[in-house]
Amino acid sequence: MTEILLATYNLCRYFRVAGPWRKGPVLKAVDGVNLTIRAGETLGLVGESGCGKSTLGLLLLALLAPSKGEVRFAGENLHRLPANRLKELRRRMQIIFQDPYSSLNPRMTVRRLLEEPYVIHRLGDKNERRAWVTEILAEVGLGPEHLDRYPHEFSGGQRQRLGIARALALKPELIVADEPVSALDVSIQAQILNLLIQLQNRYQLTYLFISHDLSVVSRLSNRIAVMYLGRIVELGPRAVFAQSGLHPYTTALLSAVPLPDPTRPFQPPHLQGDPPSPIHLPSGCPFHPRCPEARHLQCREEVPQLRGTTTDHWVACHLR
Amino acid sequence: MKKRRFWARFRRNRLAMTGLIMVAASFVISLAAPWLAPYDPNHIDLQAVLLPPCAEHWWGTDPLGRDVLSRIIFGSQVSLKVGFVSVGLATLIGLLVGSLAGFYGGWVDYLLMRLVDLMLCFPSFFLILAVIAVLEPSIWNIMVVIGFTSWMGVARLVRAEFLSLREREFVVAARALGASDLRLIFVHLLPNALAPVMVSATLGVAGAILTESALSFLGLGVQPPTPSWGNILTAGKDNIEIAWWLSFFPGLAILLTVMSYNFLGEGIREAVDPRLKD
Repeated sequence: MTEILLATYNLCRYFRVAGPWRKGPVLKAVDGVNLTIRAGETLGLVGESGCGKSTLGLLLLALLAPSKGEVRFAGENLHRLPANRLKELRRRMQIIFQDPYSSLNPRMTVRRLLEEPYVIHRLGDKNERRAWVTEILAEVGLGPEHLDRYPHEFSGGQRQRLGIARALALKPELIVADEPVSALDVSIQAQILNLLIQLQNRYQLTYLFISHDLSVVSRLSNRIAVMYLGRIVELGPRAVFAQSGLHPYTTALLSAVPLPDPTRPFQPPHLQGDPPSPIHLPSGCPFHPRCPEARHLQCREEVPQLRGTTTDHWVACHLR
Repeated sequence: MKKRRFWARFRRNRLAMTGLIMVAASFVISLAAPWLAPYDPNHIDLQAVLLPPCAEHWWGTDPLGRDVLSRIIFGSQVSLKVGFVSVGLATLIGLLVGSLAGFYGGWVDYLLMRLVDLMLCFPSFFLILAVIAVLEPSIWNIMVVIGFTSWMGVARLVRAEFLSLREREFVVAARALGASDLRLIFVHLLPNALAPVMVSATLGVAGAILTESALSFLGLGVQPPTPSWGNILTAGKDNIEIAWWLSFFPGLAILLTVMSYNFLGEGIREAVDPRLKD
């Protein structure tokens, strides 16, 4: 068994809708998540928009404080650390964002943008930083001629490469990639995915790859976690997702993946409606109002917990 | 904002260019006042009292025989000083309060914004009057008091910009890199929040010039014999039936100056507005 790089214990993040002064309804963006990320793996995290994937990503990197529970990175509880220790740990974990147009400061040249990580951590002198920046730029397929340009002079794909370069600058171990290709053209998506795989092999990176697109996730993940309304409903190695006996929600997601086969008859979508509001969670299993299989009283009354079915495969469903 | 595009858009706006040229001209006039003014502004000539505009005195003379044109030229120094110093002070306070409120949010934001609401409740001109009545009226007191009573708009602007900017991904990315709060504020947030502040500061100069003129007109501003557009108008008021030039020319100077700052401010606003197409 490989080393566990990051683990969460009953991690919760609630938002109060009315603001800090008046008591309002509570939105449970992340609710009781237990997750481990093993060194060197790619863990895919899939789910519909608004299911709490991005909030979970921010929690894992201590960019947001949890309401309950804890995050342990290399054994240390991130949210209990003194500021200087947390800053040291930040060198070991980075993030890549979805929107390449808002993830780069419009007033910084590429050079300043990529030197910033070294400036913040007081690494190297002026010449060393210059050399590192050129190196990292080459690593993501850009050249020194781009150093003095501003972000708006680049295309979406190039900007995403800059975002990756910035995340890579401190040679981190863990990178949270929050929908890194969703905003890009399909042709560019493949390039960026290949770049991510290539960098992972070279630097032994660990990825948490967040996406709403199961086909993208399954292309590069070792294990996949499926999230629904703030909870992990299924977690297992990629191979499991080719089998049956999955959580009904996962089955629905899989059936929604378009297959490039014109002779295949059209199948109506498996799932009806939108996910319920995370402010008013349904009783019992949060999926039961949309679940095609929910018949049991238990589904309406009792929240299912993640249970191991076979080795390394976990499902939160009363029926499995 | 790209500098070249800003300038291209700004230059095409005729009103804005007029404003810029007039503001530049007022700078030149006040800096070169000792060389431009035909007379010493405080030279009393009882042989030439209340002369209408003529060849020797283009804009006439006042009840003490002083040359109105020279006094207005020197008065522009007061207006410019008050405009820039008080707006500079107001902008600094506003940037500080707005950044703290917008960056830290929560209780800090709540308390600072209630302070802003409180300050906005006072009719600021009467607050200024009261303060000046207690302190002695001098140009420095005026600048400080105007500064301390006109920072609220800037604070609200900066706070609003910060609230939207701090959720932007480049700010979160900088946080993930380990950037300190000071670094986030000064490197990532403030530079991206300055455009609307520039606009409001430019418009604020016009407001400050008006306030100073009004105070001096009431005798609570710049004290004679130092010339200021406001206190020239006071003399004009006493002689309005017999000497129209005493009211007309300082009024014109105030009108043109305030208008040129407004044109300039609007021009900057339009040039930085991303919703307007090229």
